Amino acid sequence: MDLSSINRSKQDKIFDFFNIALLTLLLIAVMYPLYFVIIASISNPDRIFAGDVWLFPRDITFEGYIRIFQDGKIWTGYKNTIIYTTLGTALNIALTLTAAYALSRKDFYGRTFFMVMFVFTMFFSGGLIPTYLVVKDLGMVNTMWALIIPKAVAVWNIIVARTFFQATIPNEMHEAAKVDGCSNTKFFLKIVLPLSKPIIAVMVLFYAVSHWNSYFDALIYLNDESLYPLQMVLRNILIQNEAAATMVGDLDSFAAQQRIAELIKYGVIIVGSLPLLIVYPFIQKYFVQGVMIGGIKG
Amino acid sequence: MKPGLSKESNSMPTPAPILTRGIEKPPKYRKNWWKLIKQNWELYLFLLPTLVYFLIFHYWPMYGVQIAFRNFSPALGISGSEWVGLEHFIRFFESYNFWTLMYNTLSLSVLQLLITFPLPIVVALMLNQLIFKRYKKFVQTIIYAPHFISVVVLVGMVYVFFSNNGLINNFLMIFGLDSINFLADANWFKPLYVGSSVWQETGWAAIIYLAALAAVNPELHEAAIVDGASKFQRVLHIDIPAILPIMIILLVLSVGNIMNIGFEKAYLLQTPLNQSSSEIIPTYVYKVGLQQAQYSFAAAVGLFNAMINLILLWYVNRIAKRISGQGLW
Repeated sequence: MDLSSINRSKQDKIFDFFNIALLTLLLIAVMYPLYFVIIASISNPDRIFAGDVWLFPRDITFEGYIRIFQDGKIWTGYKNTIIYTTLGTALNIALTLTAAYALSRKDFYGRTFFMVMFVFTMFFSGGLIPTYLVVKDLGMVNTMWALIIPKAVAVWNIIVARTFFQATIPNEMHEAAKVDGCSNTKFFLKIVLPLSKPIIAVMVLFYAVSHWNSYFDALIYLNDESLYPLQMVLRNILIQNEAAATMVGDLDSFAAQQRIAELIKYGVIIVGSLPLLIVYPFIQKYFVQGVMIGGIKG
Repeated sequence: MKPGLSKESNSMPTPAPILTRGIEKPPKYRKNWWKLIKQNWELYLFLLPTLVYFLIFHYWPMYGVQIAFRNFSPALGISGSEWVGLEHFIRFFESYNFWTLMYNTLSLSVLQLLITFPLPIVVALMLNQLIFKRYKKFVQTIIYAPHFISVVVLVGMVYVFFSNNGLINNFLMIFGLDSINFLADANWFKPLYVGSSVWQETGWAAIIYLAALAAVNPELHEAAIVDGASKFQRVLHIDIPAILPIMIILLVLSVGNIMNIGFEKAYLLQTPLNQSSSEIIPTYVYKVGLQQAQYSFAAAVGLFNAMINLILLWYVNRIAKRISGQGLW
């Protein structure tokens, strides 16, 4: 029964009015920058500089995108990021699920000790330099492994997955399987994993997005530009202004270069976020589930 | 407002500490531990790769942090390098930029906390009371989206929007205001940093509160309506008490992370002209440690930062426990 809609007092009507108005303002504040990037990326840069572009693109041009797609670095970045994201996420999932399952079992002797040992690293770490030295000692600097192996598991995701297992796989189920002579490995592969599709989806998404978006590890561990992930390429274009210079080198005047460089920046924002923007509406609910499993039941 | 209502929501059982919840050991397992290990040997293999990972990439660096007390040289190794005690720490405390770094780091994170902590709560409370359910869904979908934008792209957007002939300055021009060189002005670094966080994370951070609000028993609201409580009163006396426990946990976590203010965004937003306010401890550690290879000094600065964090976290957790009876551990 929804009483609130039957007899709304005058006070409540005022409340609702301001509530809707403020949330609509918030909606616009979030949406407009994204929308502006899209229209700016296909507008004549002179019109952007002049402040003519507000709601619609002006003098539509695709020169920015053409130059972006002709540039090899973006494609190399894309290719590298796809490789790092795929391998990294596969490793993340394998380790997170196995560890979280073991830790979810009440009859796993030592689980408190291991859990405390893992959670402690959330609050204290050796820091940037000692970690860098470890990666260097292992010979991973300037290889793709530096972006994958040091990020093999995230404690928070172990907590989330463990909570899920505890809630969905009752102890009795394992007891029954044990009586039937089912080993732990078989039980995990045949029973637990098929029942855990929702959490696997959440974990894949969390890990994949964090690989896709990360630039810091590439910044500290990689020198070789051919290994750069997409985010490093984007950084050079958007923030260092470097790659953009190579993409507009054929233009004569500095002013013309500036114009197109600006257009390219808007374009790469779109190109760099495109995969996520496309899939986001479909996968949004899994992310929300993940946050809720971690936050509420955890 | 009947006093009975708020009392009822206050007397909800306090949840167990979030990080150790559900890992209590039933006493019957204390005996026969050897039998249990033998029975579940496969589970130890399951855990092994993760255990090795934590030992190598988290506990080995913790062992390596002792280079902060030594003059580390890669040729001599960690234990072979000369022990110098607190020399690097003292050098840092006495360096000309110590107070600037401390001030920049603390003021940035305190400002960030003060602004980004309450906003998601307000947004969640408002969304929860929104009468059009489909519109609510739509708003949620849109305001969660920026969370998935990478920090590089986010800062890239800040650069194009706040550049000299970018969107914001064009907007100022309409009102006849002078254009501002946002990215070169040290005073604008903090507003840009915090403002972009607000834009990116407010919606996402509201999810957890929305989930807690969805769990509120609708009978509480119905009873309050019968008693003539207005919407605003119900938000105040039903919704807010319902999300209080989660607010406390998140507050403890964010205060405990106050010195961990993101390196990534600050570094990208740094320009040569705004360094007087944008140089924070993590960016300084990166520059001194990795760009200038002063490993020991940078490790000392990083350790100092981590220690402040740990002390803050422990202290805030203690306060939270005393006030509300619940904390992280």
